[in-house]
Amino acid sequence: MADLFELLVGKEGEKDYKKKPVIVQGITGKFGSFHTQQMLAYGTNVVAGVTPGKGGQKLEGISIYETMKDAVNATGAKISIVFVPAKFFLSATVEALEAGIKLLIAIPEHVPVKDALTIVDLAKKKDAIVIGPNTPGIIIPGIIKIGIMPASPFKPGRIAVLSRSGTLMYEVSHNLSLANFGQSICLGIGGDPINGTPLIEAFDRIRDGANIDGVVVVGEIGGDAEEMLAQHIIDTKFDKPVVAYIAGRAAPKEKRMGHAGAIIYGNYGSAESKVSMYAKANVPVAKRPAEIPMLLAGKLGKGRIK
Amino acid sequence: MRLLEYQAKSLFSDYGIPIPKGFTSTTIEQGRKDASVLGYPFVIKAQMAVGGRGKAGAIQKCHNADEFELKYPEIMQKVVKGEKTKAILLEKMADIKKELYLSLFLNRSKRCYTIISSSDGGVEIESVKNQVIREVGLGNIETKTAEEVGKEVGLKDKALSQFVDILLKLSKVTVEKEAELAEINPLAVLKDDSLLALDGKVIIDDNAMFRHDELREFQEVSELEERAEKSGFSLVELDGNIAVVGNGAGLVMSTLDMLSDHGGKPACFLDVGGGATTDTVYEALTLISKMKKVKGILVNLYGGIVKTTTVATAFIKAYENKIIDVPVFARMSGAEADKSKEMLKGSRTKMFDTIEDAINAGVIEVNKSG
Repeated sequence: MADLFELLVGKEGEKDYKKKPVIVQGITGKFGSFHTQQMLAYGTNVVAGVTPGKGGQKLEGISIYETMKDAVNATGAKISIVFVPAKFFLSATVEALEAGIKLLIAIPEHVPVKDALTIVDLAKKKDAIVIGPNTPGIIIPGIIKIGIMPASPFKPGRIAVLSRSGTLMYEVSHNLSLANFGQSICLGIGGDPINGTPLIEAFDRIRDGANIDGVVVVGEIGGDAEEMLAQHIIDTKFDKPVVAYIAGRAAPKEKRMGHAGAIIYGNYGSAESKVSMYAKANVPVAKRPAEIPMLLAGKLGKGRIK
Repeated sequence: MRLLEYQAKSLFSDYGIPIPKGFTSTTIEQGRKDASVLGYPFVIKAQMAVGGRGKAGAIQKCHNADEFELKYPEIMQKVVKGEKTKAILLEKMADIKKELYLSLFLNRSKRCYTIISSSDGGVEIESVKNQVIREVGLGNIETKTAEEVGKEVGLKDKALSQFVDILLKLSKVTVEKEAELAEINPLAVLKDDSLLALDGKVIIDDNAMFRHDELREFQEVSELEERAEKSGFSLVELDGNIAVVGNGAGLVMSTLDMLSDHGGKPACFLDVGGGATTDTVYEALTLISKMKKVKGILVNLYGGIVKTTTVATAFIKAYENKIIDVPVFARMSGAEADKSKEMLKGSRTKMFDTIEDAINAGVIEVNKSG
């Protein structure tokens, strides 16, 4: 299985340790170019961009290529971030995986379920990791930012944040930072029904990171990712503190609450179902985002006494 | 997009799934014509995108013209769980021996379609007992699988072969139309052992609509929703009197929860998307101004890259242009928060440091105004 931290950071002694090269797909669009600047400002090693029809041009001094194959051949990058419109998502991501990308960050919202499923399937065959679609991306504070998140909420530290929502990830991380809980990694799962890396898989990819003291899981109504994670925490006897939040307790049934994945059918996807499973796994669920640092402090305190 | 019953049934019918004879109308004049063609007795069914219509009296039997004159307008006026009747379906009654449940849905965690069936249908899925659950792939399901499910719900002979036929067709609908759910509940077994889809519910993947022009005629969005969509917002109208606006679906849901915890009643969920600019916030306020029930507006924005002063400008402009006349309770984190508070001094927008404070002030003031 491809290792997320190794792809993002690398190993000490490697030439590109903590400077892993990243390709931006859709680099010339308004969104793509803005966030390329933001990522560069953060120190992310953006090495190439791809926009069909604009090969040979430059943006912020970065070479633009016609195809992913050209960009990968020229740079050796294994990471790409995708900004193309949802309609072109499938072709852009297939091209990236075929070209040898091993970590693909899929930003676009409104990707059809069928297309997301196709990509999930292809990624499995290629032993690649897909984050998203409809994700804000990944940040390892102080080292690398591959996404659209603002830099200000995040601070280096030892808490991992997994989130199905973008702005809530910023909000929660901001609260954590204020309480002196810096983050080792913050990863947006994505707000869609199908996630390239579902919650449980994301959890497995970060759980054994040596630099993690605890995990904060920001969830929301819809699907059963939180329920499955809770069961997984029980089954694998994960013993570091986990604190959760679930948005959408007050949402009516069968209404899509902004995110394509945030919808309750019957009891499937309801907040009650998630809260009760978390209770079984001994994972406290915050009533509001501001409560998370307190719950985490409580849990970590207990851990220390032991 | 959730199709109404008659729309789902017309889709079923296109694929050869048997449905009862019926007509759909939106006026009593047309309804009378339909009634005379159909002949009494029949069922009058409100067409609305919500479950529990039967219990709420939005589905009623009708035996003669006198009853029709009373019931048609009554059902046309029905509101169930906030959903209004969009049309009326008049449908022939069937000679029912048994009611089954059958659906195919996209199983998110298993990343495949899943069949759910039961011999005890006719109630909402939460209450359906003896569920037979079968995970299938992403393509059309196989005859063998359909047969196994049919047998497990206790069917044989003619009823079984009809069930298999219907399940295969339902699978085809699901795959070809990119549905997240296709449900027949109840699927009736009639006295002669033939099967009939008495109700239909289909939810299409909204994001795949660009590939399905043929389904556009079913798309019924309110004027407000359409306008919201054009701006790239998501809007869900709710029953209360405090409009909730924010950037990002999770943040807005979270705000909705906290408002409800404090006894406030949300009038809508409005997500303006990840960013927030003067224009998007101004447009959001314009949309909300069209909802008459709104007595106050709660705004929760996570700034990040955006300056709070940009958003404060939108509030000032909205009052100046008389777009809104209700109080705004805003929380916005981000740069230049002090400056924006200064800008908003003396206006009807109050800025708070935390969302909790904004909610407290909002609930108190809106309740005071009644």
